[in-house]
Amino acid sequence: MLEIILDPSFLASIPRFVTPILLAALGGAICERAGVFNIGLEGMMLTGAFFAVLGSYFGGSVYVGALAAVLSGMAMGAIFAEFNLRRGGDPIVVSIAVNLLAAGLTTFLLRAIFDVAGAFRDPAIGGFGPIDIPGLAALPAIGQLLSGQSLLFYVSLVLVLALHVFFARHRLGLRIRAAGENPAGLTAGGVSPNRVRLAALLMCGALCGLAGAQLSIANVNLFVENMSAGRGWIAVVAVLLTRGRPLPLFFIASLFGAVDSLSFRVQGFGLPQQFTDMMPYLATLVVLTVLSWIRLQRAR
Amino acid sequence: MPPANMRGELTSWVITLAWIFAILFGLMLLVGAPFATALQGFVEGAFGGRRFGFLMATLSRATLIVGMALSAMLSFRAGLFNIGGEGQLVAGGLVSALVAIMLPGPPLLVLSAAIAAGMIAGAAWALLAGVLQLYVGVPLLVGSLLLNFPIRYIASYLVAHPFRDVQSGMVQSHLVPNAMWLPNFPGVRLDIGILFILAASIFAIVYSHTTLHGYRARLNGLSPDFARAVGLPVGRLTLQTLAMSGAIAGLVGAIAVFGIHHRYIDGMLVQPLYAWTGIIAVLLVGMIPWLVPSSGFFFAAVQTGAAGMERAAGVPKEIGLIMQAVIILFVASRVSGALLGGSRGQRDGDA
Repeated sequence: MLEIILDPSFLASIPRFVTPILLAALGGAICERAGVFNIGLEGMMLTGAFFAVLGSYFGGSVYVGALAAVLSGMAMGAIFAEFNLRRGGDPIVVSIAVNLLAAGLTTFLLRAIFDVAGAFRDPAIGGFGPIDIPGLAALPAIGQLLSGQSLLFYVSLVLVLALHVFFARHRLGLRIRAAGENPAGLTAGGVSPNRVRLAALLMCGALCGLAGAQLSIANVNLFVENMSAGRGWIAVVAVLLTRGRPLPLFFIASLFGAVDSLSFRVQGFGLPQQFTDMMPYLATLVVLTVLSWIRLQRAR
Repeated sequence: MPPANMRGELTSWVITLAWIFAILFGLMLLVGAPFATALQGFVEGAFGGRRFGFLMATLSRATLIVGMALSAMLSFRAGLFNIGGEGQLVAGGLVSALVAIMLPGPPLLVLSAAIAAGMIAGAAWALLAGVLQLYVGVPLLVGSLLLNFPIRYIASYLVAHPFRDVQSGMVQSHLVPNAMWLPNFPGVRLDIGILFILAASIFAIVYSHTTLHGYRARLNGLSPDFARAVGLPVGRLTLQTLAMSGAIAGLVGAIAVFGIHHRYIDGMLVQPLYAWTGIIAVLLVGMIPWLVPSSGFFFAAVQTGAAGMERAAGVPKEIGLIMQAVIILFVASRVSGALLGGSRGQRDGDA
């Protein structure tokens, strides 16, 4: 077991699994801080994964793919805002609908546009290649971890710090926190909480879209039906456990991503695939249980 | 509702319907499907067929969806956001199939034992989420959902390895003995599983409207603080309600095994999204018990109708899933907000 963990190629694979969970969780964190209970991250991520492939295939550039993913995620955020904020639908109901909509829409479009069922792969789908950072790569162990990853991994690292500063200092960041903690005060200050929440949902959609892009055009160059496969829910748990604070979120998401990566890694070691597939969800459940229990003990 | 509001109410419903149909036609336009043929295919696929074969398929699907809707409804009305119906369904289907295959004895007795075991398994899986919420502080919403994944993979492992019907070449268990298959109604391809769900519907309606337990559960759903303040045993109420909810989901799993597939096939209860469709069927009618069966039938018809559209006009059948989501967005945002108010307060308290 120790051999696997210290294996440089295992270390190198961790960021590929951390990035999608981290990006989606950062998006969820913005909603959480704005007082929007959004458990539709899974659907927003799946939509992003599909449109990333679509954009990359037709646009001929991986950046067009990433842009398409961001825009499609934002569209899902806008749909969430319309039905939750403007029409007053329960956020849980709207989230469930967004998840189903994403599952239906991506499969429908997969068949309508590419005329395939199940999966779409094509050499014309461009993907994010590894970026080697000179100097870093030479470091022992950690070099493998930090160098040679996709652009989106580095973007997500920058976003963790950026979001931390954003919540602490930026005007919109402060307003987002006010929308969550004291909406009446925000209204008194002449700012509509729902407008701030709309901004939060659009930013969340954009980040979840990028998370999907990492899945479909960075980790692999293809789209598979339901390819988010529950990672959006793991991100929801990460948000819940950290109450949307970016720095703790980074550690939790890294932990979940590392387990995800490990489960992929140990597949070749005689364990049945079902058990390795189960690991990330089980780990999430265990971490959630332990931290909830600690929190409960403190409250008593 | 005062008459003065009726017209405004009606107009907004008409606008809602217009939106839903506009999206439907937009999607058909996208794939270039002929409208008339597609609509005809929808009606045929949902209600027609030779000797009403497709209607029977709709009823068979509705059986499972209504069952899952009843399961969700009992929890939701009590303010318990149990969205782990899928896991409870899988637990029930898996356990009932394995009991039927392993246990020797007279068929009817084994069948009864298998169904009971499935219901207990479903209840146990729901109780696990309840215990995590009550004693460990894991919010039910995410706890129940995350429990869907382990049982899905456990079931998959069991029918892929120890209990696999290897000769079939598929990832599935052996067939349950022929004598335990639920019989069809005479002359049609519909098994009597629907009678179990009919009974469950009557139980759920009577329970919700006339029993003290159902009343207390509803009270907890509408105002958990009030329920606590008047001294209701909220913890016990939570666990009992979840057990009922899970038992019904387990029953649905057993019906799918003995009535439809006659074995446990990997993914057979997960891929068709029975549990999620059940949840949205409850939300569509604002958790009003006697409306739930027709709501479940409606979504079953949307799904089989969409399959009919695919056969007739080449529209990908996933259009059904999109339409379900759109309907829920438009309709549930109008009716459910106030109804779920109580559960929101409790959720914040738990988080």
